[in-house]
Amino acid sequence: MSSNTVISARNLSLTFQTGDGPVHALKDVSLEVQKGDFVSFIGPSGCGKTTFLRCMADLEHPTGGSLTVNGTSAEDARRSRAYGYVFQAAGLYPWRTIGGNIRLPLKIMGYGRYDQDARVKRVLELVDLAGFERKYPWQLSGGMQQRASIARALAFDADILLMDEPFGALDEIVRDHLNEQLLQLWERTNKTICFVTHSIPEAVYLSTKIVVMSPRPGRITDVIESTLPKHRPLDIRETPEFLNIAHRVREGLRAGHGDAV
Amino acid sequence: MRNLLPVLTIVATLLALWYAAAVALNAQWARDQAARAGETLTIPALINDTWSQDKPKLPAPHQVAVEIWQTTGAMVLEGRGFSKRSLFYHSWITFSATALGFVLGTALGIALAIGIVYNRTMDMSVMPWVIASQTIPILAIAPMIIVVLNAVGISGLLPKAMISMYLSFFPVVVGMVKGLRSPTPMQLDQMRTWNASANQTFWRLRLPSSMPYLFTSLKVGMAASLVGAIVGELPTGAVAGLGARLLAGSYYGQTIQIWSALIMAATLAAALVGLIGLIQRITLKRMGMA
Repeated sequence: MSSNTVISARNLSLTFQTGDGPVHALKDVSLEVQKGDFVSFIGPSGCGKTTFLRCMADLEHPTGGSLTVNGTSAEDARRSRAYGYVFQAAGLYPWRTIGGNIRLPLKIMGYGRYDQDARVKRVLELVDLAGFERKYPWQLSGGMQQRASIARALAFDADILLMDEPFGALDEIVRDHLNEQLLQLWERTNKTICFVTHSIPEAVYLSTKIVVMSPRPGRITDVIESTLPKHRPLDIRETPEFLNIAHRVREGLRAGHGDAV
Repeated sequence: MRNLLPVLTIVATLLALWYAAAVALNAQWARDQAARAGETLTIPALINDTWSQDKPKLPAPHQVAVEIWQTTGAMVLEGRGFSKRSLFYHSWITFSATALGFVLGTALGIALAIGIVYNRTMDMSVMPWVIASQTIPILAIAPMIIVVLNAVGISGLLPKAMISMYLSFFPVVVGMVKGLRSPTPMQLDQMRTWNASANQTFWRLRLPSSMPYLFTSLKVGMAASLVGAIVGELPTGAVAGLGARLLAGSYYGQTIQIWSALIMAATLAAALVGLIGLIQRITLKRMGMA
């Protein structure tokens, strides 16, 4: 484990006890995420990609193996507010304005009044929502709401961004646009991003590292280091290199699916 | 005022039905009186009589209206608006018990709901008792409360307010338990990722989420409170209050007095529930939820 390792999982397992017997959501998962990585987790539903992300966030508790985040346990990392988490739904509070929603975690974490103002302004500009501070969530489109929720996760000083299918509910065009913005944001902020998705093009377009997972039991079947350059215009998706990586991801998914049936 | 016409139509229909019912119900007495005097009544005379009896089975609307005017507006004009014969006085007595009982009931209801949501033992044990408490007829338990509290030296406003509280805490408990539990697992997880304390989660998430539920409960609770206060006035020996007016009216067969007290109580209830509705609108609007 080098000093640049942000997340390190070794033989991580999580078994849920259910009425129909144990369910192996994760089994012997090992992975290292380096500082500044953009890691995508891709796989069919039930492969444990969200569970893995929730383990990093200390929202689920592994039943075996070890997991460190920023060199400490996941719980300590959560307590020291080491990560921002973006959920599948924007989850903005309807009774708070966009600014108020972004301010909420800052208030909870005890940032000073002026610091709060400055941070809200800064992250709203970062996600291209300047001028929407006083609007209520229902006055914004779905894509704008999700951008506001990303802004909320960026507002405090966390070096890690955990994103659980943040664009899953949005249409293709909005999704392309947000993917592009997310890449720019990652370039500017130099955060480490873990991103759960079930879209192959999205995973290949965004990531420096693609983790292919398969279900029953949830495990990692392939880890693909992307050879694409850091700067990626949208039309990079038509290059042979891109299609090559996408092909390898698809193969990985098919293989994982094959031996599970 | 788009809905003025439908409302007026309904009111007119109700008044027509009321007048017709007054004729039907009071006709027997009018005929008996006429027979005793050896007269036969023409139809107009019969109708006229049924609408102007002293102690009718069902007083006509204008009789009730006159009675209400004489015990409210007319007394105000004479400068005796708050005398013990005025309905304003009796309404005030009932209102003060209702308001105190409502405040106590709301406080008790919210406290119990917080306990039920945060404490597993309370969650498993309290709700059945809360429901059981509402299956006891209030008419049976009201005199007991009055007598017991009197025995320990508490009389006047508080015993009546206790009965109001007994009725009004129930909808608040049920609504607030539902409301405090309305945040989704995702919203609660989100608070966890920010390492928010239980206190912060309550004030910033659970309580605001419960507001729409709270106001619905408060409306039901306010109406229940008024019923409680009126019931509480019955066993106190008909001293004061709208309940006392109802009881006195029924002792002496003063149906007009009963009906005017009933209408006054209904008006009071409508005003109080309307007030809650207004506060609800303002609050939810300011919270951006309406």
